Amino acid sequence: MMKTCLVVDDSKVIRKVARHILETLDFAVSEAGDGQEALDACRADAPDVVLLDWNMPVMSGIEFLRALGQEEFTQRPKIIFCTTENGIAHIRAAIDAGADEYVMKPFDRETLQSKFELVGVA
Amino acid sequence: MEISDGAVRILAGLLTARTGQQLSVGRRWRVETALRPLLVRYAMPTLDLLVGKIVSGEVPQLADEAIEALLNHETFFFRDLAAFRQLETQGLGRLHAARAESKRLRVWSAGCSTGQEAYTLAMIFADRPERWAGWTIDILGTDLSPTAVARARAGRYSQFEIQRGLPIGHMLRCFDQQSDEWQASQALRDTVRFRVHNLLAVPPAGLFDVVLCRNVLLYFSADVRGLVFGRIASAMPADGLLMLGAGETVIGHTDRFVSDYECRGCYRKRVEDPRPALAPIADES
Ligand SMILES: C[S@@+](CC[C@H](N)C(=O)[O-])C[C@H]1O[C@@H](n2cnc3c(N)ncnc32)[C@H](O)[C@@H]1O
Repeated sequence: MMKTCLVVDDSKVIRKVARHILETLDFAVSEAGDGQEALDACRADAPDVVLLDWNMPVMSGIEFLRALGQEEFTQRPKIIFCTTENGIAHIRAAIDAGADEYVMKPFDRETLQSKFELVGVA
Repeated sequence: MEISDGAVRILAGLLTARTGQQLSVGRRWRVETALRPLLVRYAMPTLDLLVGKIVSGEVPQLADEAIEALLNHETFFFRDLAAFRQLETQGLGRLHAARAESKRLRVWSAGCSTGQEAYTLAMIFADRPERWAGWTIDILGTDLSPTAVARARAGRYSQFEIQRGLPIGHMLRCFDQQSDEWQASQALRDTVRFRVHNLLAVPPAGLFDVVLCRNVLLYFSADVRGLVFGRIASAMPADGLLMLGAGETVIGHTDRFVSDYECRGCYRKRVEDPRPALAPIADES
């Protein structure tokens, strides 16, 4: 079965780039433009992994993570934070809020692939 | 930018003599891209002229710089994650039992490039303080390239390098952020030594319980590879462990090592046949 990845980013361009890389890594990709949309998508059909941006309208990445923590899943999606916020405080906050991994933008295919391997979905 | 066959042959000869690496004609495009910065630095109009200058010996360091430019330093943390997990559980588990008395382990990352492999090993040990408490773990990283070794020693990585393969938890625990760069913590750097060493030469002194020689031997000719395997074997105890790169094998390249079936991707020294040699058969005639 193909692994599924939800790309959450308010930038259409970033979503497109991520989708392209993920498809070459054999993921079935879906997209969400903000945290709320992402939460709805996870409730409806939880993906294997979520690639999550930090700054988004409606619901930020961190708020999404906290909300997701309240939900019941048979298999909680793995969360990879993927943002331009590269300060150590941001990274710590993301990990504390429940992210499994963290990718700093810009990234390449190998980096992303290595992160998926680390969370066990590659 | 074109380079002539003759000039490629000269460079290939130089590279093989100094490093053991072979330069196939198919990698010619790499030669051109790799040497372009040197053309700019020395204001040379063509690659052929640059090679001429190397041969003339007018600029003594030019040959070294050309070699450096032709080397591939590609590496990243936890390269082949599955293999490192195997090493951690199976390989090091076994050595932990075998060295319970001396509590000493020596590890050699041969062809360590900019140090990610050696620091990966250091982190693997640091991850299990309860297992290694009271042990002396000596990790040595060596590379032919002085530039790579200097970078490894500094332990400083760009944002791009730091996140290739490295789990975020390790990055937070073992590295310090310094504006755009990340530096291995003093504690981590204290556990690893680096020095310049050519694999064609006699190995560093002493025996190494674990040797990693990964993604280095693949560009060597069969003869040189055989020689290097022999040298590595001579630097390992009978129960030592050799780890190669993901696509590499000893099979068909040396009879000094055999696959280690308990630790996938690793090799052990071939145990000398314990049977006594047969007496020569008397000639019946
Ligand atoms: C592709 S990197 C591999 C780094 C690391 N072992 C890994 O697997 O990620 C190969 C390294 O081998 C080094 N090398 C090449 N020939 C060598 C030789 N004869 N002796 C020592 N190092 C050598 C190069 O300088 C380069 O840094």
